[in-house]
Amino acid sequence: MLGKLTLSAIPLDVPILVGTFTGVVIAALAVLGAITYFGKWGYLWREWLTSVDHKRLGIMYIVLALVMLFRGFADAIMMRSQLALAYNGNPGYLPPHHYDQIFSAHGTIMIFFMAMAFMTGLLNVIVPLQIGARDVAFPFLNSLSFWMTTISAVLINVSLFIGEFAQCGWLVYPPLSEQQFSPGVGVDYYIWAVQLAGVGTLLTGVNFFVTIVKMRAPGMGWMKLPVFTWTAFVTVVLIMAVFPVLTVTLAELALDRYLGMHFFTNDGGGSVQLYLSLIWTWGHPEVYILVLPAFGVFSEITQTFSRKPLFGYRVMVYATLAIGVLSFIVWAHHFFTMGAGPNVNAFFGVATMIIAVPTGVKIFNWLFTMYKGRIQFNGIMYWVIGFMVTFSIGGMTGVMMAMPAADFVLHNSLFLIAHFHNVIIGGVYFGYVAGLNFWWPKVLGFKMNESWGKRAFWCWFVGFYLAFVPLYIAGFEGMTRRMNHYDNADWHVQMLIAAAGAAVIAVGVVCQLMQIYVSIRDRNLAENRDFTGDPWNARTLEWSMASPPPAYNFAVLPDVHGIDTFHTEKQMGRRSYEGKVLAPIHMPKNTAAGFFVGAFSFVLGFAAIWWIWWLAALALVGVFATVILRSFNNDVDYYVPVSEIERDQENYVRSLTAQAAE
Amino acid sequence: MSQASTHQHEGESHGSFASYIIGFVIAAILTVAAFAIVEMHLMSPGMTFGVIAALAVVQIFVHLIYFLHMNSSSSQSWNNTAFAFAVICVLIIVGGTVFIIHDVSMNMMSR
Amino acid sequence: MANISATPHGTAHGIDDHEHHNTNNVFGFWIYLMTDCLLFGTLFATFAVMRTQFAGGPTGKELFDLDGVGLETALLLLSSITFGFGMISAYARKQGAMLAWLAITFVLGLGFLVLEVKEFAHLIHAGAGPDRSAFLSAFFTLVATHGLHVTCGLVWIAVIMVQSFSSQVFSTRYMDKLQCLSLFWHFLDIVWICVFTFVYLLSVI
Repeated sequence: MLGKLTLSAIPLDVPILVGTFTGVVIAALAVLGAITYFGKWGYLWREWLTSVDHKRLGIMYIVLALVMLFRGFADAIMMRSQLALAYNGNPGYLPPHHYDQIFSAHGTIMIFFMAMAFMTGLLNVIVPLQIGARDVAFPFLNSLSFWMTTISAVLINVSLFIGEFAQCGWLVYPPLSEQQFSPGVGVDYYIWAVQLAGVGTLLTGVNFFVTIVKMRAPGMGWMKLPVFTWTAFVTVVLIMAVFPVLTVTLAELALDRYLGMHFFTNDGGGSVQLYLSLIWTWGHPEVYILVLPAFGVFSEITQTFSRKPLFGYRVMVYATLAIGVLSFIVWAHHFFTMGAGPNVNAFFGVATMIIAVPTGVKIFNWLFTMYKGRIQFNGIMYWVIGFMVTFSIGGMTGVMMAMPAADFVLHNSLFLIAHFHNVIIGGVYFGYVAGLNFWWPKVLGFKMNESWGKRAFWCWFVGFYLAFVPLYIAGFEGMTRRMNHYDNADWHVQMLIAAAGAAVIAVGVVCQLMQIYVSIRDRNLAENRDFTGDPWNARTLEWSMASPPPAYNFAVLPDVHGIDTFHTEKQMGRRSYEGKVLAPIHMPKNTAAGFFVGAFSFVLGFAAIWWIWWLAALALVGVFATVILRSFNNDVDYYVPVSEIERDQENYVRSLTAQAAE
Repeated sequence: MSQASTHQHEGESHGSFASYIIGFVIAAILTVAAFAIVEMHLMSPGMTFGVIAALAVVQIFVHLIYFLHMNSSSSQSWNNTAFAFAVICVLIIVGGTVFIIHDVSMNMMSR
Repeated sequence: MANISATPHGTAHGIDDHEHHNTNNVFGFWIYLMTDCLLFGTLFATFAVMRTQFAGGPTGKELFDLDGVGLETALLLLSSITFGFGMISAYARKQGAMLAWLAITFVLGLGFLVLEVKEFAHLIHAGAGPDRSAFLSAFFTLVATHGLHVTCGLVWIAVIMVQSFSSQVFSTRYMDKLQCLSLFWHFLDIVWICVFTFVYLLSVI
């Protein structure tokens, strides 16, 4: 009846998990209780959970990303403290079985549910606003994507308390991940969570591709597109190109495990090398899927706070495109040591090194944008400059490992760990946080607190170097990744410093939480409030409306004549909506279909993990039934009346003029 | 706006009975040719592979033109670009995978 | 969403929203099909690598029955043009003719599926199931993925036939769906060209 699921699947014998579980239950009850107490269930359901508004979905994505950041970061803290302790005969406090799950979960969660969710959230909030669109091309699909991502995140966290998680790293390499060596449900949790999230990501890719291609404002040619949207465009192209590969690869692994097939097994003609090749065909472009939007964020911020147009806009666009293309032909550098000959290794090594060229071009573009600019050195610029320094170092260590000969020494060592954290924290994470600070007032109508932001930056910045420079050194000293305990005295020093660094980062995370809390607390202070919709005196279209924007974004669709039309018009003292006739606006209605497809998919995943086949079949029927029922529903849109648009518009113009008068 | 004009306006031609029949006949000939070449052992294995691969490529284009109504009109330029991009990606994935795995096998003498 | 918009060169003024909405749906579905194309591309890449990994088991030459494959191909090719005729009837707003052609397409598609299931059952019965060797794993997965797509296509045809009895028949939204389904069905036929060429024919050379 319940497949493999029994009471013994609940790890009551692990005190850390029992404690965590109790904490999660108490927190969940508190949140649910508060919602009930304040009578907000109806509001939450109607305005948020069933919303198809890209801005609200974007906010929910970012909330999800921050929650997952804490989960993934807790894993990181446990790993660092374990390695600081488990030296010279001391086993530490995490047995290998538990420790292996932690490092697997850390990577999986940080990439799929923190970084991907954060990236998708920023895309959702900003791209339609930047291109002058009223929503994305397929608002219902957008809601569906969000729910697929969210339920996958829930599924992966369920593995904490029911059963176990994978113990074979964040990319579950076979043969270790095959049924023979991992008979538990851990790998199945991984497969289903990542597959379901992958469906959501793929749909997001299609959705934003169509949005950017078909829904740009009149006159916005490709070379007038804001840089962030350009990077978003290349990112969604990469998503569409490689997420199908991930789906197939994991499906093949699942077929090995569920039906005894022989894709990646040791026997029966299977090929482990094929798995490595396929997973990295997805995996390498994935890195660029994450980092390109961050590059876009840096471009927007640098030009805004340097009070200059971006240096070399065209070159920036071509560099983005070049990175997109090159990222697709370098995947073998993740397995130089797998046994391929010099032909393969030389080709992919050289291709990898070439990627450094367009990336370097970008760094110089940002530097030249700042050069002779009137730089406003605020908390947001801190993250940008911290990024430039940190990312350059990370990029250079990447070029070191692009040499196959050097990689034979460094492969699988902590040097590699230090390298990719160097680019992912220093590039991706700093970028997303900078973007969060930058666009927060647009989305919520008030600025983020400046001093807590700077404190958070310094803790992250200093903590990062403390935590990861020792790993570079330990890597050179031969320490491999995923090690549970060791007895080399040279390594122990490094591990102690790294643990201290992790503690400093933890303070940074707390500062970020404080920043969010203080910002919301002080939201009504005059200096925090954003009355103009353009608090930074910025250049692109998303700043040309009230903050937060109305559901339909643009009362009148803007006419675009060049790069940064909004900035030009401000200088000419003219606004594009002036003198335009308002017309009713066609908008999509909210729908619960996305939520229900997500809920059924969650049941499907959970049932399949535990081999509860009748339930899986029911859930699958539920998914199809919801989609088919939705296709019978013709009542999917409505018109915003002119009177409502006029009222919004008058409010906005009044607060603009009031602000100008001050 | 009338429904019919919508579709005409977009330049998405939707074919006629005649064009479907023409496409069907060409596709059928190409399919039969491919099967015949293999079943009758008309040429060497390497040669056969080359010829049936070429026939398949031609047939794909026949389907695209007669059944999916692809053409070079400007309204379809994004459809065509997307298709070309997908084809390039498939070639990179298949070619790259075969290149890597073949090289590994040779180098490790595993097959 | 009033998607006024679009092509950088186009004048967006004075064009009805619905029209652009409509192009977005069909265009979006085409883009989705391109990702599906990559999905099949990856399965073909797997098959290319596993082509000779028989693990001492039966080879494609011993297993495949080209007559059956020829019949499957014929059914699918025929269903492509019957669907096309259905589309022509739909554009002419002839509901009866459209339903008849769609029904014929459905039967042909079902026939294809029945043949495929029979082939699979025969192979598994003969001890050549997907767990026998890497070659057979790759073969079954690739062909069954195509078969699953055909199954979804059949469900979709059934749904769209039912929907033609509602008031929405021949509305813009309905025609969009029909066009998407048409792309889907013809796309599956294109994938099948690659399947019979690179899986079946190549294995028996």
